[in-house]
Amino acid sequence: MDLFEYQARDLFEKYGVPVLQGLIADTPEEAQAAAAKIGGTVVVKAQVKVGGRGKAGGVKVAHSPSEAKEKAQDILGLDIKGHEVKRVMIAEGAKIAQEFYFSVLLDRSNRTFLSLCSVEGGMEIEQLAVERPDALARIPVSAVTGIDKSMAVEIATAGHFPAELIDPVSDVIVKLYEVFEKEDATLVEVNPLVLTEDGKILALDGKVTLDENAEFRHERDAMERDALDPLEAKAKEMDLNYVKLDGEVGIIGNGAGLVMSTLDVVAYAGEANGGVKPANFLDIGGGASAEVMAAGLDVILNDPQVKSVFVNVFGGITACDAVANGIVGALNTLGSKASKPLVVRLDGNNVEEGRAILKEFNHPLVALADTMDGGANTAAELANR
Amino acid sequence: MAIFLNSDSKIIVQGMTGAEGMKHTQRMLAGGSNIVGGVNPRKAGETVEVEGKSLPVFGSVAEAMSATGANVSVIFVPPAFAKAAIIEAIDAEIPLAVAITEGIPVHDSATAWAYNVEKGQKTRLIGPNCPGIISPGQSNAGITPWNITGQGPIGLVSKSGTLTYQMMFELRDIGFTTGIGIGGDPVIGTTHIDALEAFENDPETKAIVLIGEIGGDSEEKAAEYIAKHVTKPVVAYVAGFTAPEGKTMGHAGAIVSGSAGTAQGKKEAFEAVGVKVGKTPSETASLMRDIIANL
Repeated sequence: MDLFEYQARDLFEKYGVPVLQGLIADTPEEAQAAAAKIGGTVVVKAQVKVGGRGKAGGVKVAHSPSEAKEKAQDILGLDIKGHEVKRVMIAEGAKIAQEFYFSVLLDRSNRTFLSLCSVEGGMEIEQLAVERPDALARIPVSAVTGIDKSMAVEIATAGHFPAELIDPVSDVIVKLYEVFEKEDATLVEVNPLVLTEDGKILALDGKVTLDENAEFRHERDAMERDALDPLEAKAKEMDLNYVKLDGEVGIIGNGAGLVMSTLDVVAYAGEANGGVKPANFLDIGGGASAEVMAAGLDVILNDPQVKSVFVNVFGGITACDAVANGIVGALNTLGSKASKPLVVRLDGNNVEEGRAILKEFNHPLVALADTMDGGANTAAELANR
Repeated sequence: MAIFLNSDSKIIVQGMTGAEGMKHTQRMLAGGSNIVGGVNPRKAGETVEVEGKSLPVFGSVAEAMSATGANVSVIFVPPAFAKAAIIEAIDAEIPLAVAITEGIPVHDSATAWAYNVEKGQKTRLIGPNCPGIISPGQSNAGITPWNITGQGPIGLVSKSGTLTYQMMFELRDIGFTTGIGIGGDPVIGTTHIDALEAFENDPETKAIVLIGEIGGDSEEKAAEYIAKHVTKPVVAYVAGFTAPEGKTMGHAGAIVSGSAGTAQGKKEAFEAVGVKVGKTPSETASLMRDIIANL
């Protein structure tokens, strides 16, 4: 789960990472009140999970509460690369002397953690990595031993920080690693980390990704409510692995790999059918009971963009007759709410029995497909009508 | 022959007495796997009747190994306790540990892997979050339906569980030496390359199917490895061309792997070294059919 900047800021504060005051606002009036509370010059920052918001007009300085209200008025509702701004953060202003970069993340390629550090910050880090690779230190971090003070000193030194900054910067790095470890993050990035004119080190903007597998040992409900799309939040409540996409063919399948593969096959089929695309990723897991199938169908049918649905299940552990009964149960549960055509492809264990159950059910909206490729074609055709 | 698992393998199940562990212990036994016991410290000393066989429950992996001569452990322990279970298997130096458990926090799997490296990798870890490994007709350590396919000349290595089943099912008339689901988690034990190396050295494996998906650079590394070290024909399939970008990691992740981990990048890496890549699972299976027909 990717956090918004203000959520990252709050986490940093909890672990004693130095940050500036920041208050969220969903309306211009709230922005005005927040600016008055903070006092002085503030920065109004769009809260969207996409880079380049400054250039898109999503970050503006305000010298008074009434100016903060005006700027918030401009920013709220902006479309930044397809992300609508629904919330801004009012942040305390700061006089910046210098900008740096630090991150710690999971390096899956080397099956370890990695820290990236540079005294040269403030630019796109991808650009720095390409143009001046020597300026960006890459130090592997053991998952067993982590980053203690001496490791942090090593990292700051490798990032070419001047001698007088090594101590304060390494203190902040130790705290940032604490956020990474204790919150089960896969990414903690600070860009920029800054030195202010009065000599303080501050985390000015942060990006944090949390590992969803670790939810059982954290209290994240409130954070999730704010960070997820409403349909995604609904799916999550029902323990479904759902990601909303921009398309017309709803997809349900079992197993992440098969569902990803289904999205691809539907996208290919869409090329010949008016360019229709998959509307979502939905993995109902190995089980595929009637209950889970009904919950999955319910989420997909609630997506107004969806015009047809492709159910693609391979019966491995779960036999196809159980899956077919699941679909029958789901359609009976949903009744008239099930209003869009459903293409079903079953294969694997007990496939004949599974198909027989659906044939006998003889629901007007259900069409059976013999193969995955054929089912994808039919679903794309139906979505293009 | 087969790789990593064969008819001599003696299997114990960590978490055997739990619901998932029991269900799959039954299935593995029904499929002919030689299961010799289970591990659960709270039920040590008890005996469990499964499929007409009395299976002893031991207090630790080390005890189970010394009592039964077990050389494979399959792990069904729930996510919150999986790290401890994997580390226990590593401490006991069991030659093969197969972690089926889905949903292990990545900090836990990264810690377990770092621990295995520190200990000199005496244990081959497969997974976590995988269907396990099956050598049809010989043994099955995991949750792959045992009757999905028979023995044959194909070796399979896959990041995805259901795509493994799909591919084995499509090619069941030809059959497999061994199929390994390595798991799609960010940190896993056995990699595509480890399996490629073993299949290359296995005289009965004549051709290899590799299944990958978006994320990481395991497929790119596998392509490089194939070019240098694999003489047997390989066909590949990559899932996730239309998967949303950046759902799992921010920009810094892409810098590390040196590529964005996209399906397109992986497909190109394979094609650049002469590995044919199927557009769909069915097309991939038919590419393999052509290869087998021309052997």
